[in-house]
Amino acid sequence: MAALKLDYSVLDAPQRATDRIEADCAREIHGDVHAQNFKLPMVENYDEFQREVVDYVKPNHGTTTLGFIFEHGVVIAVDSRASQGPYISSQTVKKVIEINPYLLGTMAGGAADCQFWQRNLGIQCRLHELENGKRISVAGASKLLANTLYGYRGQGLSMGTMVAGWDLKGPGLYYVDSDGTRLKGQRFSVGSGSLFAYGVLDQGYRWDLSVEEACELGRRAIYHATFRDAFSGGTISVYHVNENGWTKVSGTDVGELHFEYYPADPVENPEGGKGAGGGKDKDAAGDAMES
Amino acid sequence: MDVIFGFVGDKFAVVVSDTMAVQQIIINKDDEDKTLELDSHKLMAMSGPKGDCVYFGEYIQANMKLYELRNGMKLSTHAASSYTRNQLAESLRKGPYQVNLLLAGYDADVDEASLYFMDYLASCQKVNSGGHGYGGMFCLSLFDKHWKPRMTREEAGDLVDKCIAEVRTRLVTAPTKYHVKIVDKDGTHTTLYDCVEKAAQKARDEGK
Repeated sequence: MAALKLDYSVLDAPQRATDRIEADCAREIHGDVHAQNFKLPMVENYDEFQREVVDYVKPNHGTTTLGFIFEHGVVIAVDSRASQGPYISSQTVKKVIEINPYLLGTMAGGAADCQFWQRNLGIQCRLHELENGKRISVAGASKLLANTLYGYRGQGLSMGTMVAGWDLKGPGLYYVDSDGTRLKGQRFSVGSGSLFAYGVLDQGYRWDLSVEEACELGRRAIYHATFRDAFSGGTISVYHVNENGWTKVSGTDVGELHFEYYPADPVENPEGGKGAGGGKDKDAAGDAMES
Repeated sequence: MDVIFGFVGDKFAVVVSDTMAVQQIIINKDDEDKTLELDSHKLMAMSGPKGDCVYFGEYIQANMKLYELRNGMKLSTHAASSYTRNQLAESLRKGPYQVNLLLAGYDADVDEASLYFMDYLASCQKVNSGGHGYGGMFCLSLFDKHWKPRMTREEAGDLVDKCIAEVRTRLVTAPTKYHVKIVDKDGTHTTLYDCVEKAAQKARDEGK
């Protein structure tokens, strides 16, 4: 015979509601606070632990990424350099994260944070697709990411991303960062080289650019950012998104690109190459500064 | 550095917010709406970290909608301000929402508009005019001098002009575009106030 389970809870000492709430709160601090079961370290002093641990895993900073919407879709262009302090840790980082065939994410700030949470976003988007039988909108996807990041605000995440894609409303571009900011826009650039990229991008941008012109503008903007920003470099990847999803347009080494834009003049400089001083207009600018 | 200010007129209230989304020295966007329509007759202008503003605003908006669905009536502006203040006060001790806000609303039962000033420390004051941030400070003295009870739409428009002109002359990082939102018995109305466009229009008029 199955034993009867009696409820003895009436015999327990009376518990104040506030005690219970406190206990719940304490559990929450040590347990999972997010639906994805992302565990927080079980330490007494979280802030101190974090300060200590940041020294061991320094986040990768230094990037240039950009994205813009124009007549024929969205163009995304990124560099590929990762640095840890003064040290270039990789020249072949993939900074565009392919969330699904219609959604792209870009990576700036902590590489691990971006990779982990955008993969996580991919999962959430796929689940949305399975639950609703249709693709998630760009607005929806970016909001999912912003919700996640806002949930972890003040806990040390470092991300500046763009979510770009195509949905029923057409092209979409959102900027999302680890403060929980989420902005809809036509033109964004993120990362340490973004100021340089903005310079070229804002000047060259038109709504009615052709696809080739737009890709070239993105590439050119990133190239100039890699030229001025020591923390950006490697290869430039350009993506184009239209109603059929994204395609990777090109991946170009900035070194080769530099001599494509500013070929070494064998007559003027028979030793070959003009060095880091660069091309003609750069020299002209340099002369003007010296005089 | 958001510029946010507002005041009450005769059976309406005006709330003005700039449209810049700034990060350190970069303007990320120049058509951002910082004034949320809480319900058909309430406006909430917010300044502070973008994320906090959006999430706090949406939270208040959703809960006011829930109240409406449950009880079949809307919160009065005063009740909404109390509710909002209470939420700010509760979150103050657990990683506060750093949101400063102005809440404007029109109440049909008394046929009056009102304006409430709140900061992130959860102080709440019913005011005739108010502002947040450095931009708001420039406007406060102008309100003291020029605001009077039962202002007409025209007088209100002139006062908005004065405030924006002052901000534009004295504030280093003065924005060029603003959303001017009015709440009255017919609901909320939004107009875009573009200083560059206005100046061009003025130049064209003078040229004629």
